[in-house]
Amino acid sequence: MAFTSPALLLLLAMSVFPLLWALYLSFTDYSATRGGPADFIGFGNYTAILTSAQVHQRALTTLIYVVGAVALQTVLGFGIAYLISRRTHGRGLLTTLFLVPMMLSPVVVGLFWRFMLDAQFGVVNSMLGSRGLGQVEWLTRQRTALLSLVVVDTWQWTPFIMLIALAGLTAVPKYLYEAASIDRASEWFRFRTITLPLVWPLLLIAVMFRAIEAFRLFDLVYILTNGGPGVSTETLSFHVYKVAFLGFNTGTASAYGILMVLVVIVLTQLYLRYLNKLKEG
Amino acid sequence: MAVSVDEAVSTGPARDRTPPGRRLGGRGRSVLEVALLTGLAVVMLFPVLWMIETSIKDNRDVYAIPAKFVGFRVTLEHFRDVFVAPGGGRSALSVAFLNSALVAGASTVLATVLGVPAAWAYSRFAVKAKKDQLFFILSTRFMPPVVVVIPIFLMYRQVGLIDSKIGLILIYAAFNVPFTIWMMKGFVDEVPAEYEDAAMLDGYTRLQAFWRYTLPLLVPGIAATAVFALIFSWNEFVFAIFLTSSDDVRTAPPAIAGLIGGTTTDWGLVAAASVVFALPVLVFAYLVRRHLIAGVTLGAVRR
Repeated sequence: MAFTSPALLLLLAMSVFPLLWALYLSFTDYSATRGGPADFIGFGNYTAILTSAQVHQRALTTLIYVVGAVALQTVLGFGIAYLISRRTHGRGLLTTLFLVPMMLSPVVVGLFWRFMLDAQFGVVNSMLGSRGLGQVEWLTRQRTALLSLVVVDTWQWTPFIMLIALAGLTAVPKYLYEAASIDRASEWFRFRTITLPLVWPLLLIAVMFRAIEAFRLFDLVYILTNGGPGVSTETLSFHVYKVAFLGFNTGTASAYGILMVLVVIVLTQLYLRYLNKLKEG
Repeated sequence: MAVSVDEAVSTGPARDRTPPGRRLGGRGRSVLEVALLTGLAVVMLFPVLWMIETSIKDNRDVYAIPAKFVGFRVTLEHFRDVFVAPGGGRSALSVAFLNSALVAGASTVLATVLGVPAAWAYSRFAVKAKKDQLFFILSTRFMPPVVVVIPIFLMYRQVGLIDSKIGLILIYAAFNVPFTIWMMKGFVDEVPAEYEDAAMLDGYTRLQAFWRYTLPLLVPGIAATAVFALIFSWNEFVFAIFLTSSDDVRTAPPAIAGLIGGTTTDWGLVAAASVVFALPVLVFAYLVRRHLIAGVTLGAVRR
């Protein structure tokens, strides 16, 4: 097709070809700095990664981060959307204000929270201090660092869930509530039998979208904690970067990347299937 | 129809028709809800306000312990430092901002020129395995950037595109094309195909019909789509930090991130640079607020 091929060519050159190259490299022991010819080592890189305790730990960190952040965002985002949808006045202003964090670059978000969570000059500790609470080394303690990452991601992306939930909530036909009102249905009953079932499909789209994005996330970790302290906030994306650009084990990193791409493909397929079902239904 | 923020917020109340008397503490509950919303809004907006405040604070007050919320000395020094180098002349940051504008602008133009005709074709013609093609296109957008950048880095090293604006423009166009196609397909779908059919009965070719009748109707959609593509490229960090290194090429996100490299960090400067960097995004996002849902879901959700 004359109209689609330029776009598809660009995608082939910039997305498909690089991934095929990475696929080829993943079966070799190539290193980007050493140069020289690459030796074919079969599935050696893959077995090394899948059996590595380090990788298992990064996978667990990623899982905690993705599940924690997305769950928090969903609850908060839906809650805010629900509260906004019940207001008569100032909805436009409220929505606009709540949406600001989402539009910021992860770089700005990461840098700024790094300043706010700074153990010494940070405003968060300063506020805790003025209430007589102890100081917390948010980004430099193993346990709180991952928590901070979850909190910052939640801060940035709660508006995303809120925006989509709000669209779902306002699309619920009013006559359903009116009918329920005539039947003297309780508030909770109305929420459970009308609001939630009608909003849920759209909300699920938002949740799946966020999960994929959170799984891919790199920049926030890089800026906020740089994977530290130790390896406590090293997600899979961040670990790939270390293997590829600090260790220069390009072959291993490629195999690692291909495995991550497989996960993303599975998640994306689920997401797109569901999206398709929703559009046709 | 796309649900826009405006629509989403202008629909009437009609949630709670129960007379206040019959509900247990209906008024109290309403007050509680407003209080809760206000509290949440403060929490969500505080970091943004704090950033703006820090950007105009005198250095001594930036590092004050306990933090100064009011009564600090106002200065525009940090903003001056963003644009002017210490010894006079243009600062590295201001060059980075120009680079960002150039790279984001060029990649958006490229993505629009390639994406709009493709979206039109996917909307109008019986393309083979259309759904699969569209899904494949969107899937490329979901690839982890840190994985894609490894082979792109090697590829660019081969052809000499490392540390070049062209290289960045190409990769940004590649990740904006899927978005442009999905977003624009929605807009093209909304324009009746009959307009083109009628024009073709009058003797125009398909392409002329598109150019004369459909395209003018698509202009608002193209503008909104381009604005989102512009925002995505402007905010992008991962490709920028791995594919560029020199000051003349580097875009603003890695340049701003570079401000925290040393032993001490000038947080006032970081804040001012962040404000300058984020302001255009917020303005642009406000302009396209009607299409925000479609934009942030990469054109997937529009009802």
